[in-house]
Amino acid sequence: MNLREVFQACREEQRAALIGYLPAGFPTVEESKELFSAMLTGTDGSTGCDIVEVGIPFSDPVMDGPTIQAASDKALRAGFRLRDAFDVVSSIADAGGHAVVMTYWNPVHHYGPDAFARDLKAAGGLGVITPDLIPDEGEDWIAATDAHGLDRIFLVAPSSTEERLALTAKATSGFVYATSVMGVTGARESVGAAAAGLVQRTRAHTDLPIGVGLGVRSGEQVAEVAGFADGVIVGSAFVTRAEQDGPAGVRELVAELARGVRSR
Amino acid sequence: MTVGAETARAHRPGKPVPEGHDPDERGHFGVYGGRFMPEALIAAQDELAAEYAKAQGDPQYLAELDDLLRNYAGRPSLLTEAKRFAEHAGGARILLKREDLNHTGSHKINNVLGQALLVKRMGKRRVIAETGAGQHGVATATACALLDLECVVYMGKVDTERQALNVARMRLLGAEVIPVNSGSATLKDAINEALRDWVTNVDHTHYLLGTAAGSHPFPMMVRNFHKVIGDEARRQVLELTGRLPDVVAACVGGGSNAIGIFHGFIDDPGVRLVGFEPGGHGISSGEHGATLCEGTPGTLHGARSYLLQDDDGQVIEAYSISAGLDYPGVGPEHSYLKDIGRAEYRSITDDEAMQAFRLLSRTEGIIPAIESAHALAGAIKLGQELGPDAIILVNLSGRGDKDMDTAAKYFGLVDESKEESR
Repeated sequence: MNLREVFQACREEQRAALIGYLPAGFPTVEESKELFSAMLTGTDGSTGCDIVEVGIPFSDPVMDGPTIQAASDKALRAGFRLRDAFDVVSSIADAGGHAVVMTYWNPVHHYGPDAFARDLKAAGGLGVITPDLIPDEGEDWIAATDAHGLDRIFLVAPSSTEERLALTAKATSGFVYATSVMGVTGARESVGAAAAGLVQRTRAHTDLPIGVGLGVRSGEQVAEVAGFADGVIVGSAFVTRAEQDGPAGVRELVAELARGVRSR
Repeated sequence: MTVGAETARAHRPGKPVPEGHDPDERGHFGVYGGRFMPEALIAAQDELAAEYAKAQGDPQYLAELDDLLRNYAGRPSLLTEAKRFAEHAGGARILLKREDLNHTGSHKINNVLGQALLVKRMGKRRVIAETGAGQHGVATATACALLDLECVVYMGKVDTERQALNVARMRLLGAEVIPVNSGSATLKDAINEALRDWVTNVDHTHYLLGTAAGSHPFPMMVRNFHKVIGDEARRQVLELTGRLPDVVAACVGGGSNAIGIFHGFIDDPGVRLVGFEPGGHGISSGEHGATLCEGTPGTLHGARSYLLQDDDGQVIEAYSISAGLDYPGVGPEHSYLKDIGRAEYRSITDDEAMQAFRLLSRTEGIIPAIESAHALAGAIKLGQELGPDAIILVNLSGRGDKDMDTAAKYFGLVDESKEESR
């Protein structure tokens, strides 16, 4: 299944897709595989994340708030290497999950965009989210992802102009990542009124599914976002829960969130 | 020619620019530069680029900036010949461009005034900045006090301790100083934190970047604000010596003072441009900040440039005795100048810089910033290589008051019973 088909399947159930984020290698590579596995199943073993977002820990994560930055630091201190991310993605794909990678550009640039796309595809990855790469600078990346049949997910923001929404949507495949608030990652009390407006504005430029991320943490918020978006992305809340309660906590949270996308 | 005319010339729009001086419209110097930034910030950078372009053609803006540079910052800065110091440099003539005499004590004020005026034009009311040694933070806090702007300065926790005096200065000037604890708790982490603030508050906040790095239009814009250093120096050297210098030397952390003085001479092929990077405890120790000498191309803080990184593309923490130089990245134009061979880059160790720091203090009665002492140490080596006929222009980018704590510890100056041991 590719990303489009995952979203299509959710659409047929008249619901949004649930997308969960954790950094690879957090707290260690092996333990992170268990956490991702927990994300796929939920407490009752039936409902989990439709898509998992595998974060690549980076030394200078400018789009991340303190929760994810601390988790990434922990992974790096535990010896995370970029190649471990492919291993983690493989374990998700083997378990029947749909994995996309979220990474800052420098690790990809250093690894080589083509080699990265090739190895991620081989590991069973479906796409890549690049928070600090805009299509304007993405020539090599667009060529590499095209060559290896990988989806490339660019971000749009409430501050994006119509021109930039059009440009970004055109360069994107799989789904468009809409940042719900102006800010960095981190659970928030409210998702922000900007999110619905941004999704609406983006829809005018593309038929691609639109996922909303940044600041979503509870089943209630998931239900709210699922009311206007095709995918709901939850990150920091998973990191916090994983840290506190391990895989069991992740299963509990994913069950709550999965009910959220099905509550309409 | 007056400084005002020099400034106006540097900013005149529509003038055909010789190939290689300005980046392309997307901010690329060759393969370097660009905008590797979150989409959320692109609108603000487009706005800044447009406002800057408009300001370059606006006589009122240029006049206002010129007035501030002249009557507030103290431009043009002097050119001082360092005769006794030069005896240690193979007898070559050493000329110091005295950016340390600017208001707030460094070259940083040139850029800060230029950007702060743009902030007013854009109708924003809050300014954020990052600082390592505190020179840029103090300059920013100063301009914000003068122009009635709210000011928040991010500074690595380690640097707030190394530069406690500058923290106090910024607070006195009305700025809020926020110590950053993440990562290495130095300059690069302060930049990360400032970028996060900017993403969150971009609608009313300007990020007043302190060096010629970051994403477009910052490298070009900051360079242009500092080009006045090179333009003045070129004229002053010609007046004093009747010819151009053989070498222009400057320290390079992010690279703003170096790019400013280099640009006054970039069209003079006979003038060597040499940047001196922090060699810390020596390149072989692995503890240094010699990005251009030892780094490889990568992307950090919005631009492709040389970068200290490991074989996994993780950024390596830089080290220098100078809080203003321990940055693992560098401005993209320096990367370009290195690759095309127009500028050379070398490294200077902590010890070499500190010896030059003391030497200039004792021979000329000028206490330089430790940053600038890297360029002075480089000038000693260059002078010894080139001999007594050479003229070496050194950008004395800042004064050393802020570094007295570091120097006192290094030389054992505080304990009077102790002989100077080094």
